Amino acid sequence: MKKLLLGNEALAQGAIDAGISGVYAYPGTPSTEITEYIQQSKIATELKIHSKWSVNEKTAMEAALGMSYAGKRAMTVMKHVGLNVAADVFMNMAISGINGGLVVVVADDPSMHSSQNEQDSRNYGRFAMIPILEPSNQQEAYDITRYAFYLSEQIGLPIMIRMVTRLSHSRAGIETYKPKPQNTIHLPKNPHQFQLIPIHARNRYQHLVAIQSDSRESSENSNFNKYISGPNNSLGIIASGIAYNYLMENFDDDTCPFPILKIGQYPLPKKQVTKLFDTCKKILVLEDGAPFIEELVHDYFGRNKKVMGRLTGHLNRVGELNPDNISDALGFEMTYPEDIPTIVTDRPPELCVGCAHRDLFEAINQLSKEHSNQQVFGDIGCYALGVLPPYKSINTLIDMGASITMAKGASDAGIHPSIAIIGDSTFTHSGMTGLLDAVIENTPITVIISDNSAIAMTGAQDSSASGRLISICKGIGVDENHLKVITPLHKNLAKNIDVIREEINYPGVSVVIAQRPCVQLPKERKDALKELQKTL
Amino acid sequence: MKTNIILAGVGGQGILTIAAILDTAALNGNLNIKQSEVHGMSQRGGAVQCHVRISDKEIFSDLIPLGKADLIISVEPMELLRYIPFLKEDGYLITDSNPFENIVNYPEVEKLKDVINSHPNSIIIDAKGTAKDLGNSKATNIVLLGAASALIPLNEAEIINAIKSLFERKGERIVNKNLKAFYKGKEIAAEIVS
Ligand SMILES: Cc1ncc(C[n+]2csc(CCOP(=O)(O)OP(=O)(O)O)c2C)c(N)n1
Ligand code: SF4
Repeated sequence: MKKLLLGNEALAQGAIDAGISGVYAYPGTPSTEITEYIQQSKIATELKIHSKWSVNEKTAMEAALGMSYAGKRAMTVMKHVGLNVAADVFMNMAISGINGGLVVVVADDPSMHSSQNEQDSRNYGRFAMIPILEPSNQQEAYDITRYAFYLSEQIGLPIMIRMVTRLSHSRAGIETYKPKPQNTIHLPKNPHQFQLIPIHARNRYQHLVAIQSDSRESSENSNFNKYISGPNNSLGIIASGIAYNYLMENFDDDTCPFPILKIGQYPLPKKQVTKLFDTCKKILVLEDGAPFIEELVHDYFGRNKKVMGRLTGHLNRVGELNPDNISDALGFEMTYPEDIPTIVTDRPPELCVGCAHRDLFEAINQLSKEHSNQQVFGDIGCYALGVLPPYKSINTLIDMGASITMAKGASDAGIHPSIAIIGDSTFTHSGMTGLLDAVIENTPITVIISDNSAIAMTGAQDSSASGRLISICKGIGVDENHLKVITPLHKNLAKNIDVIREEINYPGVSVVIAQRPCVQLPKERKDALKELQKTL
Repeated sequence: MKTNIILAGVGGQGILTIAAILDTAALNGNLNIKQSEVHGMSQRGGAVQCHVRISDKEIFSDLIPLGKADLIISVEPMELLRYIPFLKEDGYLITDSNPFENIVNYPEVEKLKDVINSHPNSIIIDAKGTAKDLGNSKATNIVLLGAASALIPLNEAEIINAIKSLFERKGERIVNKNLKAFYKGKEIAAEIVS
């Protein structure tokens, strides 16, 4: 019988069946379930497939590259903005190439359901000059992942698989195949392959440029790129990834009258694109995310009026696609009886009742009454909801780790009090290095680490920071007299305000750790944390 | 045969349990299914929805197009109305009557009910109260599923089997409570419709 799996789970099962020896990842919506599926898989455990969370996306990708260096198949998984963090190794491992098959899975979030932006990872794939695969449905997510490892080893490059939220988080029945055994350890044949000093790097870059023709050839012959003929040549449609499904949804008998080029592998298959252009009067480009294909095929000066898509206003320029906006682009009339009744109001997300972040924001808001210049630099996590009413405690939220470093810059500019609020996982992800910057100059900032002992926003995964925050801060050089621990509970409000006030008044770096577990943690985890505290 | 169902609620209310039962029942009946759900930020007390599509033919889109839902099942009255643009002209609405008021500007409940009742095919039931009376307030979802079951073209035996297999781990007592909830929901809806 078919297995009912999320797109993410199908992909993960594909990786297990492709014989991976490890997955390296940091959680992030919509990518998280891929790694969690492998962590919970009995077979993966029996096969000793590595699946523990990494501290951030860069450490994850580098570890995956290390496993590939050793000759084994490895996968690294992240959300789109995670690839910004891992961009250094990502660009450079395209130059070095791989040994064991290496697949980079990036889940994009068009419409920003749970993200700061909707950057399209295909741009990164093209930037690094590596092949990109883009499944359109759950079965393809499984099939493409198995194929990705084969392709990676065949062409000697890391392969990107691009997912989008709606495929990641939608279930369907999928068929699986016999798993492949893992690779054995075997080191790279060329001893200089992974030594990117200029003399070798130049050779590797030449090589990367030279094999682009192989990459294009592979796309032309790929099972995941399909030219589907149609009787009506007034329009030709390029549909990539999930957009293909939205397109087909618009035809009752499951056949589209227009020729379609279904795209699931990049670089674009130029011969097939040319055929579509030669055959059809106009071209409509359907792709979820940025107008990535459209920019490649439309005419720079806009004199060629043939191509329609997100750049020409035929489709929404921002936000995700769906069957409805594609129906509109096809010129079909939309019929639905009613709009949302006006009585319906928005229901934004909010912090859980009893959440420790709430008690922290209450203290911060009280202090802002004492200091009209107070600026609070926030970070990414559940506490980001402190931007919204009722608290409205946070002035900025940009990227993971930016709270501490922006507070430092603002303090350098003369702002006081300059307060950073950062979660425990975000702190170990990318707050520690910024804290060292502040320590080196003893910049007058107050860093509050809201330590709920979990990566709560993404589903309460274990945090690398648990039980380590005090020693990390001491190690970085924070003065022990200005390293305080408080318990954010309503009954402690006055006491906590006093502690934070005192640290705000100290003209140097201070760190306040606000420690109370996320209320969503299961009892066993809370008990284990209590035991851990006793040992510190 | 193609059926499109939207499940609506607030993050944490557990609409995915209903979806899981429908999926299992459909899969066991050799039907195709697609089920699009919401993970992430909105799960923290925000508005969440789940699209369930069941068909004997290939299903393309994971999302239901506007105006194509046969049925909207909601565990909360205001959330039901948020997805009205998806409803077919002759589609059905089924909701629990109990509001989840975690926002300051929550509308007046009576006015909400008026809007819902202005729809010809709407069923409002006190699913939460019913579940409580049956001694298991967690089974609110299952009461609603029971109430909707006559409108879902799945074999009832398959739905019952799916409920059994989903709650099996929790022991026979919980299985039976959920089965009771299902039948009670079905009975209440039948009374309203007749
Ligand atoms: C670079 C990057 N990676 C991952 C994410 C996804 N993400 C958003 S919040 C978050 C968890 C942060 O955990 P923590 O700082 O402990 O805060 P909590 O949610 O527990 O309050 C993660 C992983 C992201 N936004 N950016
Ligand atoms: S999940 Fe945990 S950290 Fe997030 S809002 Fe709820 S209690 Fe707070």
